[in-house]
Amino acid sequence: MIPAAFEYHRPDSVEDAVKIISDHGDEARVVAGGHSLIPMMKLRMTGLSHLVDLQGIGGLKGISVDGGTVTIGAMTTQHELIADDQLAASAPIIREAALQIADPQVRYMGTIGGNVANGDPGNDMPGLMQCLAATYTLVGPSGERTVSAREFYEAAYFTAREDDEILTSISFDASASGYAYEKQKRKIGDYATAAAGVLISKDGGSCSAASIALTNLADTPIYCEEAVAKLVGSSLSGDDISAAVAAAVGASDPSEDNRGPVEFKKHAAGVVVRTAIERAIERA
Amino acid sequence: MEKMHLKLTVNGEQVETLAEPRELLIHVLRERLDITGPHIGCETSHCGACTVDMDGKSVKSCTVFAAQANGADITTIEGLGNPDGLHVLQEMFKEHHGLQCGFCTPGMITRAYRLLQENPDPTEEEVRFGMAGNLCRCTGYQNIVKSILAAAAEMNAAKEAAQ
Ligand SMILES: Cc1cc2nc3c(=O)[nH]c(=O)nc-3n(C[C@H](O)[C@H](O)[C@H](O)COP(=O)(O)OP(=O)(O)OC[C@H]3O[C@@H](n4cnc5c(N)ncnc54)[C@H](O)[C@@H]3O)c2cc1C
Ligand code: FES
Ligand code: FES
Repeated sequence: MIPAAFEYHRPDSVEDAVKIISDHGDEARVVAGGHSLIPMMKLRMTGLSHLVDLQGIGGLKGISVDGGTVTIGAMTTQHELIADDQLAASAPIIREAALQIADPQVRYMGTIGGNVANGDPGNDMPGLMQCLAATYTLVGPSGERTVSAREFYEAAYFTAREDDEILTSISFDASASGYAYEKQKRKIGDYATAAAGVLISKDGGSCSAASIALTNLADTPIYCEEAVAKLVGSSLSGDDISAAVAAAVGASDPSEDNRGPVEFKKHAAGVVVRTAIERAIERA
Repeated sequence: MEKMHLKLTVNGEQVETLAEPRELLIHVLRERLDITGPHIGCETSHCGACTVDMDGKSVKSCTVFAAQANGADITTIEGLGNPDGLHVLQEMFKEHHGLQCGFCTPGMITRAYRLLQENPDPTEEEVRFGMAGNLCRCTGYQNIVKSILAAAAEMNAAKEAAQ
């Protein structure tokens, strides 16, 4: 399990890191926590000759909440997300989801930036970020741009990020909505068989806003527009919920693998979406 | 590939060594520094036998390049206690049969050490959740959990007595 040889870089600014990756093209990769990349390198499924470690860039870490906008630096670890009380007050769904990712050792190292940039359909944060309508900030040789999480994922391991861009931060609106991140997995530390993030706001007896996104139920995360439309404006009756669940399952497109056949995954999708909607309603 | 000059603090001592950037921390510890307490169980980031404490975090040292650890402060099982002065966790694992073959034990204890630093008085459920990254093929976990809870109780009693 020894990866192929590479040259190691530890720049101390985003500009320097961007310069190294743009000089070396697809021979260079950044490493954040390394807990998706290093296993792939050990299996020699990822070839690179320059590894650019982002840990020395101070400005990439940290969580701030400013006037209702939450901004999280890409190098913030899952452990730090869980520990942050201000974040738990502004977006409690993040702690609920992060606690269901991997195990303690992995959470000390794995970063939010690595999790969302990786493009692995099994990662939990991309669906979560679609649920929160987050925006990613990317910095490349020609400057900075932002991309919506709902538009970032193109196919497994293909995203809107260019090879010479670094994802520097993620931001979204703080919300007082009811929330839930529900994940079905085979054992603790496993990737999802099916998972769903849900946000629901109520105004009197009716649903004033909602968001639903799925993890590991297609080769990208899925924001379920149709399912959301079934809830918004409804009274959140049993029939409304069932209609939303059916729409979300209809939007999923799982493939068969060692977590089960397609029918089973669609069944699991229905269960996690329903459970998440019901829990989010309780908390709204 | 050219070797890198690494400087680390390992169990309180400054150490320097040469290693290729692609070498994993577990290999540098075991093969270059002769620190063989942390074990290699799976080498695929799953079992936790290779757990060490790095800058106050429990990490699987098979999933960290030594280059990433350059400059870090590392504690392994060797740094927690020795046969002449066992750490309370080691005492309690002995007392409560928290090990059988012992292969997972250095990782278990090193992880439990950090868990108790962060949460000195955990519930049984918190111990189980906090130890989820460490696998044991022998004990069935029951006695590992018992040992960690006993160590927490001992450490808290000692703290109270000191006050
Ligand atoms: C045993 C185990 C279980 C796991 N279980 C889960 C799970 O249940 N759910 C889950 O979501 N994840 C899981 N993971 C993955 C873990 O959460 C990873 O740490 C995470 O996906 C990637 O974060 P990282 O910081 O380690 O990224 P890295 O591994 O360092 O990077 C991943 C990829 O993203 C790129 N990248 C990283 N940061 C940036 C950036 N700032 N800008 C541009 N590109 C970047 C890298 O070049 C690389 O291609 C598990 C991992 C392990 C080892
Ligand atoms: S040897 Fe590192 S996790 Fe198993
Ligand atoms: S005691 Fe044998 S693996 Fe745990």
